[in-house]
Amino acid sequence: MPLRPALEVVHKLRHEQLREAIVVTTMGSAREWPKLGSPHPLDFQYLPSAMGHAPMLGLGLALARPEREVVAFNGDGGMLMGLGCLVTVVAAGAKNLTIIVLDNGLYEVTGGQATAGAAERATGGGSCDFAGVAQAAGFHTVGRFTTLADWQASAAEVIAKPGPRFVQLFAEPVGAEYHLPAPSPMAERIANFQAALGVV
Amino acid sequence: MDYGQLTTDMFTGTEILDVFRALGVTHVVYLPDSTLGTWEPALASAGDLQLVRVCREGEAWAIAAGLHMGGKRPIVVLQSTGLFESGDALRNVLYDLGLPLWAVVGYRSYLLPESKDSAKRFAEPILKAWDLDFLLVERPEQLPLIAGHLQAAAAGNRPGVVLLAEGKG
Repeated sequence: MPLRPALEVVHKLRHEQLREAIVVTTMGSAREWPKLGSPHPLDFQYLPSAMGHAPMLGLGLALARPEREVVAFNGDGGMLMGLGCLVTVVAAGAKNLTIIVLDNGLYEVTGGQATAGAAERATGGGSCDFAGVAQAAGFHTVGRFTTLADWQASAAEVIAKPGPRFVQLFAEPVGAEYHLPAPSPMAERIANFQAALGVV
Repeated sequence: MDYGQLTTDMFTGTEILDVFRALGVTHVVYLPDSTLGTWEPALASAGDLQLVRVCREGEAWAIAAGLHMGGKRPIVVLQSTGLFESGDALRNVLYDLGLPLWAVVGYRSYLLPESKDSAKRFAEPILKAWDLDFLLVERPEQLPLIAGHLQAAAAGNRPGVVLLAEGKG
């Protein structure tokens, strides 16, 4: 499925069941999410990041603010860097976290080099059965979507199910538009985010 | 390295828990070694703070970052080897995000003078390379200094690290 429409599915829920949620974007999702509309004060563009750690940043936020839902995006390259973090999420007991992996089989932001999972993806599957790994780790709700239509039809239902939740989306590469934007100053972003969260 | 030698568990879990409570710590994000692990019964049974177990130390810094941004007061607890492993995560949350996080780092083999453990050789140089303000705790009498060091770091809006001497890993 094309990346931007896949993200739009979640962005649309921003006005519905994810109205009060925290959304953490990183890598490709951090590039595309701001293009979808006006920024929400509880959007956190995790950029620059430590690759692979967006779900853990999301877990920390979920533990800190159990009254809010947290959605954390990750790329497949980032997910491959830390599959163990799925066990950490379950062990921590966070019920209010959804991890969404955008799986395109590439290190997209560096120009589209293949990940170690790319060969498996070429056979018609995902880079890795991330959803299967999440299920084995103990995630309560797991989804794996290959088509945009299926994702559009199921997203609201998946996010309404018990957490923690894990979603693997088969995303298409964006090609030449891979460059990440220059972000606004981090201190300013964090201050605004914390103000929206009511913690400062 | 002779693992048959002593383990010097300088502080009990209860003593450390008291320090963490005095600091207002809400979450201990950790991966144990044989010294830090002796604190686990006290930390795990404390009703007023949450023990968050990680699979790999790099996770700990990002979790602590999220907790801090969410208004909590976490502390990362890991061995020096975990410090080495988690360098990029540390770099990102302490310097890109600029968060004044706290950590206790177990200084593996420090208390074994004859040890050739390479983890001992690199612990302090790595902390210095990351430009981290650390307090080396070598003796039990230094327990009261821990809270003061971390509070001073927080007051200066900078990260604070306690480097805790250990025997075996």
